Amino acid sequence: MSGSYDILIVGIGGQGTILASNILGEACLIEGRSVRGAETHGMAQRGGSVESHIRIDGQYGPLITPGQADLLVSFDLLEALRYSHFLKKDGKAVVNRHLVLPTSVFTQKLTPPTEGEIIAALKRHEICILDADQIAIEAGSPLSQNVVMLGAASKWMPLKPETLLESVKRLVPKKTIEINAKAFEMGRVAGGKN
Amino acid sequence: MERRYLLGNEAIAHACREAGVDFVCGYPGTPSSEVIDTLRAQLERPYYLEWSVNEKVALENALAAAWCGVRALCTMKHVGLNVAADPLMTSAYTGVTGGLVILSADDPFAHSSQNEQDTRCYAHFARVPCLDPASVQEAHDLIPAAFALSEEFGLPVIFRPTTRICHSKGDVALGPVTGSTRKGEFKKDPRQYVVIPAHTRVLHKKLNEKQPAIRRRLVELGLNRYEIRGKTAIIASGIGATYVQELLPDGVSFMKIGAYPIDEEWLGAFVRKHEKVLVIEELAPEVEETVRQVAGLVPVFGKKNGYAPYEGELSAAAVATIMAKAGFIDKTPFAPAEPVQNLPVRPPILCAGCLHRGAFYAIRKVFRDGIYPSDIGCYTLGLQLGVVDTTICMGASITVGSGIAHSGETRDVICTIGDSTFLHTGIQGLMNAVYNGATMTVVILDNRITAMTGHQPNPNTGLTACGVETPAVSIDAICRACGVKFVETVDPYDLTDMVNVLQEAKKRKGVKVVIAKQMCVISARRAGVKRGHYTVDPETCTGCGTCVRFGCPAIEFADEKARINDLCSGCAVCAQLCPVGAIVREGKK
Repeated sequence: MSGSYDILIVGIGGQGTILASNILGEACLIEGRSVRGAETHGMAQRGGSVESHIRIDGQYGPLITPGQADLLVSFDLLEALRYSHFLKKDGKAVVNRHLVLPTSVFTQKLTPPTEGEIIAALKRHEICILDADQIAIEAGSPLSQNVVMLGAASKWMPLKPETLLESVKRLVPKKTIEINAKAFEMGRVAGGKN
Repeated sequence: MERRYLLGNEAIAHACREAGVDFVCGYPGTPSSEVIDTLRAQLERPYYLEWSVNEKVALENALAAAWCGVRALCTMKHVGLNVAADPLMTSAYTGVTGGLVILSADDPFAHSSQNEQDTRCYAHFARVPCLDPASVQEAHDLIPAAFALSEEFGLPVIFRPTTRICHSKGDVALGPVTGSTRKGEFKKDPRQYVVIPAHTRVLHKKLNEKQPAIRRRLVELGLNRYEIRGKTAIIASGIGATYVQELLPDGVSFMKIGAYPIDEEWLGAFVRKHEKVLVIEELAPEVEETVRQVAGLVPVFGKKNGYAPYEGELSAAAVATIMAKAGFIDKTPFAPAEPVQNLPVRPPILCAGCLHRGAFYAIRKVFRDGIYPSDIGCYTLGLQLGVVDTTICMGASITVGSGIAHSGETRDVICTIGDSTFLHTGIQGLMNAVYNGATMTVVILDNRITAMTGHQPNPNTGLTACGVETPAVSIDAICRACGVKFVETVDPYDLTDMVNVLQEAKKRKGVKVVIAKQMCVISARRAGVKRGHYTVDPETCTGCGTCVRFGCPAIEFADEKARINDLCSGCAVCAQLCPVGAIVREGKK
């Protein structure tokens, strides 16, 4: 509709989705493009399901309409499934092979879908699944998993990888620039570059 | 001109610095909190800044500063304006000399609020101008306009962003930060500032006389504007206007309302040029009611005839559906997209190691058949643990508790309230309960910070908003001064002690206060407190599920055994719960 490239980043409060969205926003600024976004703040962050909307070249509202997202970046398998209806038919998904079971599973004795079931359900879309936690540890810090995810997703983004890398360097804490630059590059490799 | 990718609230804060704000105060409340959090994080602060103890206190402070001729900003969430309504209504009579901007952030869909009230109705009620931004950039651009309008008309101006403005982001063009040369000076003028009946009758008349000029000025400034494009028209306000712009078909006129009061003559002339009009706005039909007053025979589509919802928030998809229903487009361009059903929910949850969880466990253990009025804070999540029976507004746990206790209800009443909420509006309820002889137990959940809204300091923290050390209030002394005889402070990580103290409280008549004191686990982590992890010895664990029912996100259950994941913060409460002693500190067996 609006000609924007719509990315939905989802995960669990505390996983670093907001930094990931800031990195994309900064990359848009570097390339001189307009951008709109929306995210979860406040109490909803306390271990709950969180979402960040980023609309590259967005001119209007900040929210992505369900069924319209070009790219879903999920830090958790279950959250990928929960938000998969946001993807358009030919939308792509980049998903961390990691499943944090919600406490409701244990306290309310619910049956969560298995990893296999989730992946099968996501296969309607072109999907890239990677072990971002492990790659982040190899890059030097488990905290860099959000940057690993962006690296993997970068092949589908309408932003230059070098712009994204520059943006990563600008926004992560100074002491961690080297680790995050490595995390981004390793994420790119895991995502199969393009 | 600098462009940055900013959160709406950060853009608003920057605009306040561009406008040379002199005085900043408010009470935290989602989605408004980051405006002051951004302003207090600046290295150079050429303005006075405080977190006030509640919104009424904040607004009275800000009003007085504006009486002294300086530019004042006062922030709160929409329901905070209820608390500040008393000074608001009369501040319109006294007026201001320095600009006073009251930011009251609405929360359509009640993402983090107890209701979906509309701040625009307050502006209408108080007869003060209200600005209603449609985007992050506009929120930024309207702040200097708000200060200027306030000074031009000598009235407080309400600034009303919504969650999707405050917590949206965009590339924002920023202006230069300006320093202020204003110095506060109170010029005595009892006819203006002492609202005895003889004065206030005159002031009321003056307020009413200002209205026509305000309405015209808002149009002159382009805050309310239109574009004639055809025989039908859409009138939209706030973020609704942004959604309409994304979907607006050719040949449909568009009016954007960004400020109130709306000039009725101007509006009527526009409406009568069209064959039908659709009104798009979130929450109350504030624009629609004005449109209906001036529409004459022109059909109006909106909330009042069922085309648009009164509740919830709008989105491009929701606006498309309304436009299709009202015949402004053939059909919505968005195909329906249904979420996968029956997935385990992942609502927000008290953190692993949160002091509230231990306190709630002890309360339930001692008062199994009790009634649990609670309040507004992270601990409202105690609902999931079955220990929150009521929540209505800030400070209302103690008052609801005493109301229940005096109603003839015979079960024990145990209220829970956080430290910041107690200081906000809880004290009056406690004083009232003691004064009127209620029998109840009040548990003050004291984590020494306003945690839910992002860890703002309060008078209990020992630090001001700007990080300056200040004497911390004694909650114990406040309770005693209210006349409470039984006041005990306990560590909610020590279950045995907390249970014993609650049992002692249960035996006594009158109002008893138990202060459950422990640092917020997030503050503790940031302060570098390390306690070590706990682990389940699988050989000792019988799989009874006691620890699982405790509801801590660090405790999982698989293969008939409990296990503890790396979220564990080492509070050790679960180790005290385990009936067979299977939970032990890691490395110690």
